Amino acid sequence: MTPVATPFFFYLLSAIMLAGGILVITRKNAVHSALALIVTLLAQAAIYLMLYAPFVAGVQIILYAGGIMVLFLFVIMLVNIDRTMKERQFNSQWIIGLIAATALGGLFIAVYTKGPNIFPAQPLTIAEADNTQRIASLLYGQYMFSFEIASLLLLVAIIGAVVMAKKRI
Amino acid sequence: MNALIQYIESYLTSDKTPGAAGNMFWAFVYIMLVFTGLSVAVIAMNWLERKILAHMQVRLGPMRVGPHGLLQPIADALKLLLKEDIMPAEADSLVFWAAPFIVVLAAFSVFVVVPFGPQHAITDMNIGILFMLGVSSLSVLGIVMAGWASNSHYPLIGALRSSAQMVSYEVAMGLAVVSAILMTSLNASGTGTLSMIGIVEAQKAQGEWFVFKFFPLGLIAFFIFAVAMVAETNRAPFDLAEAESELTAGFHTEYSGFRWSLFFLAEYSAMIAVSSIAVTLWLGGWLRPFPNWLSGPAWSAIFSYVPGVTFLFFAAICFYNTARMPKHPYFRIQTLGLGAFGAVLGLIGLILFIPAVSFRIQDIFWFSAKVAGFMYLYIWYRGTFPRYRFDQLMKMGWKVLLPMGLGVLILTAGVALLQIKS
Repeated sequence: MTPVATPFFFYLLSAIMLAGGILVITRKNAVHSALALIVTLLAQAAIYLMLYAPFVAGVQIILYAGGIMVLFLFVIMLVNIDRTMKERQFNSQWIIGLIAATALGGLFIAVYTKGPNIFPAQPLTIAEADNTQRIASLLYGQYMFSFEIASLLLLVAIIGAVVMAKKRI
Repeated sequence: MNALIQYIESYLTSDKTPGAAGNMFWAFVYIMLVFTGLSVAVIAMNWLERKILAHMQVRLGPMRVGPHGLLQPIADALKLLLKEDIMPAEADSLVFWAAPFIVVLAAFSVFVVVPFGPQHAITDMNIGILFMLGVSSLSVLGIVMAGWASNSHYPLIGALRSSAQMVSYEVAMGLAVVSAILMTSLNASGTGTLSMIGIVEAQKAQGEWFVFKFFPLGLIAFFIFAVAMVAETNRAPFDLAEAESELTAGFHTEYSGFRWSLFFLAEYSAMIAVSSIAVTLWLGGWLRPFPNWLSGPAWSAIFSYVPGVTFLFFAAICFYNTARMPKHPYFRIQTLGLGAFGAVLGLIGLILFIPAVSFRIQDIFWFSAKVAGFMYLYIWYRGTFPRYRFDQLMKMGWKVLLPMGLGVLILTAGVALLQIKS
């Protein structure tokens, strides 16, 4: 099915993402921040859908919104909210902040102006219908090595967590 | 006007889902049908659960409102709508307000991809099963939010328990699902599919339900899923999150009235959703029993009468009980109502005998019948199994089901590889 009102949905989702992102850093209550982050992640999943990448969108929902953020909330809920509410929310290292913001802004402007040269526009060649199958054959074919390295990294993290959490093994 | 009618009619002969055919009108109709169908199913399930549990415990169950308590769920729903809606004074009002909506949205939106038949799904997604697992995992968020926002001890502990349980059992569930998806790739091209309709078509093409595939591997994967799905929906014997004796009602202790009924609705529709995943992946979805073994026009005709006969059977039960109703004038309206209900069921049964109708509808019947079997199992578990302790539950999830799932996955992959090589 051909997409309808693409610019409208793109701007809507981007606006939701930006609003969510701003709420994440401005809310005093950590639970509200986490919920705003979930909204941002879901809007991002919808943008992936618009880019004809349904598999990435699905994985984004399962892993980030359904998995990682639930664990985030889990931890935050057990923290004493009243005490964290009184803590200072922003630090005063504004020189470093300014430098970082300028660098990021410069990068954005550069990409915006030079964008068409760096990322030339191309018609979509991969059908949406076999997106998952294409990703699978790339992941388990061409990028097998990096895939395995990434899984090894996660294994190391799991073992590390167990070692740190358990006193006697 | 003519163009509009043609647009509406053009879908009727199509063999695609409304979403895939791009027909907005029929997509909307299907969404409405699924929504009302689910609500009716939840109401029926409420009555059936109370009735069946009662009979298992040698009680009568609801008997007062309507014949055999048939109108009890409607009375309950009215009561819930009219009840005072209380929000605790110290609750986080926004999160408290949003939590039931998230749970209901997650529970209902998974039905977008549930295939009631080759044409009868709202749409068919390339990532169907992934979408179902992902969106249904979002309901954990609603539960956690409800528990935290209530700002009370029982709900918080209940929410922590239930989310820990759901996150742990999701792992075993995912492994079982993957081993079923692996089986879809046993075809000429060697590529599997995640699409819900594609999975059922693969079972049709391979000539057997995946529960019997590579015996006993498919059966073990199905068993893992069947256990994990009960834990995933927080039902007995894994209903620690709402263990009455310890936590009053778990995460929804502070909810009342309409908000509570939203949680109730979500719980039951989530049960239907996971049962439909199980039916789609292992029990052949909308396929009738023995589509290959008992094939041919004669058998097809016989099986196409089953839906009609089932409804006529229900109608006959209604008429039998109408005749048995007490003859006292006090019961006159109830007797008439039961008779009318039987007449409606009988009429539906007769309509289902029309070949054109039964040809288009019988897939939905077989799918719903299989899901109904799972719904009965849920009630049966609740009536017979004692509740697990929390450490037993975690041990079961991580030390029994997860290794079993991994083993089945590796063995399935190995056997499938051998079959492809030979």
